[in-house]
Amino acid sequence: MSANIHIQSEDFDVSDEIEALTAEQTLTGAVASFVGYVRGDGGLTAMTLEHYPNMTEHEIAHIVAEAQSRWPLTGTTIIHRIGRLAVGERIVLVAVASAHRGAAFAACEFLMDYLKTRAPFWKQEERGGKSEWVEAKTSDDAAAERWRKS
Amino acid sequence: MNILYFAWVRQKVGKSEEIVELTPELRTVRDLAVFLAARGGGYADAFADMTRLRAAVNHIHAGLDATLGAGDEVAFFPPVTGG
Repeated sequence: MSANIHIQSEDFDVSDEIEALTAEQTLTGAVASFVGYVRGDGGLTAMTLEHYPNMTEHEIAHIVAEAQSRWPLTGTTIIHRIGRLAVGERIVLVAVASAHRGAAFAACEFLMDYLKTRAPFWKQEERGGKSEWVEAKTSDDAAAERWRKS
Repeated sequence: MNILYFAWVRQKVGKSEEIVELTPELRTVRDLAVFLAARGGGYADAFADMTRLRAAVNHIHAGLDATLGAGDEVAFFPPVTGG
């Protein structure tokens, strides 16, 4: 199964990525995708994303492999942007292809929950000329926790 | 060992990476954190509350009890906030 993982500062085209994901895949019957944007709440004007280059792709590949072991996926694309992003800009894309929608929806949500809690990215938010590091949310940990196999 | 710092850990320590020689006293990630905190200043600040820190050894998430080896790459960072 193909897995496209990209860490980049440039923007991405969701339509092109989904097109590429389904090209030459006759067994794909469903694609579920998630796009995360910079939200301008509480006076936020921009954010800067830092990551750990040598670890990021390794960790995301590990997360994708885990998704592939749980659901019959025919393709996965994960793009995560880094650097300074203004309000309204795209941050992340997770697109998952499978034969049926159930696996695509579930794997997409699983990948996002794990990206949020495992992939080494850190956000610094800008508000009124001041920069602050985002604190990890316990709700994100709880979201990832529900995928644990008992 | 190559030691890396990210996000506010990097800012408090004042550098993004450095070399620390592996000694018999530095058995685990916790030993290394205690050793670095003892330098005082920004290090003491960054390593004041280990519950706020996460670590990776050779690009894999690691707990405080993970053992260290010569040539390891050890990173300290806050809980991740990507996505």
